[in-house]
Amino acid sequence: MNPYVPILAIGAIGFGFAVFSVAIAFITGPKRYNRAKADAYECGIEPSPSAAGGGRFPVKYFLTAMLFIVFDIEIVFLYPWAVTFDQLGLFGLVEMILFIATVFVAYTYVWRRGGLEWD
Amino acid sequence: MINSKGMVAQLLGQDPGWVIALKGLLIFIFCVVLTIMAVWGERRIVARMQMRLGPNRVGIFGIIQGLADGVKLALKEDLIPKTADKIVFIIAPIISATTCFMAFAVIPLTGEVSFFGHKTVMQLTDLPVGVLYVLAIASVGVYGIVLAGWSSGSTYPLLGGLRSSAQVISYEVAMALSLVAVFIYAGSMSTSDIVVAQDRWWYAVILFPSFAIYCISMVGETNRAPFDLAEAEGELVGGFHTEYSSLKFALFFLAEYINILAVSSLATTLFLGGYRAFPGLGFTETWLGGWFTLFWFFAKVLIFFFVFVWLRGTLPRLRYDQFMQFGWKTLIPVSLAWILIVSTLRVMSDQGAPQYLIFGFAFAVVLIYLVISNYSDNAKAKLATDYKNFTPENPEFPIPISNRTEQVIQIRDEAKK
Repeated sequence: MNPYVPILAIGAIGFGFAVFSVAIAFITGPKRYNRAKADAYECGIEPSPSAAGGGRFPVKYFLTAMLFIVFDIEIVFLYPWAVTFDQLGLFGLVEMILFIATVFVAYTYVWRRGGLEWD
Repeated sequence: MINSKGMVAQLLGQDPGWVIALKGLLIFIFCVVLTIMAVWGERRIVARMQMRLGPNRVGIFGIIQGLADGVKLALKEDLIPKTADKIVFIIAPIISATTCFMAFAVIPLTGEVSFFGHKTVMQLTDLPVGVLYVLAIASVGVYGIVLAGWSSGSTYPLLGGLRSSAQVISYEVAMALSLVAVFIYAGSMSTSDIVVAQDRWWYAVILFPSFAIYCISMVGETNRAPFDLAEAEGELVGGFHTEYSSLKFALFFLAEYINILAVSSLATTLFLGGYRAFPGLGFTETWLGGWFTLFWFFAKVLIFFFVFVWLRGTLPRLRYDQFMQFGWKTLIPVSLAWILIVSTLRVMSDQGAPQYLIFGFAFAVVLIYLVISNYSDNAKAKLATDYKNFTPENPEFPIPISNRTEQVIQIRDEAKK
């Protein structure tokens, strides 16, 4: 049998459980409407207008996401190398040192340009 | 008895449909019950650390406190703020709760057992890319957090969701890097093969730096104290789930605890020999094997869980910039350097290099480390003395020593001249 089928099975169980919980809460919970309750929570003061959608956030988070993609792809390249490491021998090691050195240049660049600073 | 690579995959390939369905259901129940117990256990342990008693009223020793909390949450009003994006708001907890269960599909819970007369292992499936699959599922789980924060239409959840996702992806890089050394030694990415490969030595012993990096980043990955900046109560109320109530909140809570159990299980599998007994005790698969292996697995996971609680009871929360700096500027370069060291040593011993060469290499590494640490210590000491002499307006409060302060010092010094 395809080894990915059981993953679908547990995924379906988890999904079913989650949907069931969300649905059952509609039935079991009370519904007492009140204008203040439907407001966004901001410690009791009037909520500031439009957080999401129109709300802005520091560009730093976007930068982190981009850096994550760069480094995550690097790691994905490391994995097949690591698994076949014993077959590749010295050749694989030299190749991977060159690869890591190249990535390290980019890493140093990001560091020196302040891409890793939070303040 | 499982003693060669690929055996588990073969064994699992013969599972009929009903075994898979039953195993899936059992793993699901295992996760949910363990979460309920974990919530109670955590509250009891933290209470003891703070000289309190903790919940001890519901059931014997308060053991069903977690269940009672769940029932209470189900009877609470399910609020959706009017600024929220309703569909995404409902989907986000479902994504979180679904993905956290899926990570358990590849974790080997026991060795070979007889499951209602059917020979199998308590592992749902065995993928050749098992660990990569766990990392991928963890990445999908981030969607739940970021969508929950965004769709709430409120300021605190938005900030909490962004913080949390930035934190999870940053520490995922370090976590994924720490696993490379394990793959080099095991020669496989399949979880069951990695357990088989640890029949003599646990990787926590021979690859200790990898283990340490994994342990640190798994705390960051699950948003737990001291890295629980996403829900820093003093700043962000509750983080990304501030607007959630009722069972939707419970789903996030469940997902958090199952994620803790999942990363602990992965650590057990990759570094502590999975379901195998502690070495040196004389336990073999033939004696007290079978279902008894579940006990060993369980014990190791619970040790990790205890450490999680222990950290929460002991350490204060980090500042966000220090936390991100630690991830990007310390963990990542250290794990890259460690990968290079391990792979070089491995090639040396594979190619039959003479002993003195291997020792020479290790010695050189230690020497380089000493030089670098000495250099950075000197730089830190210089910064500290600069900081001591830095009294322009005599600030009464401590100023964080960062590159910025250093720049300020330089500018001031030049202005003085």
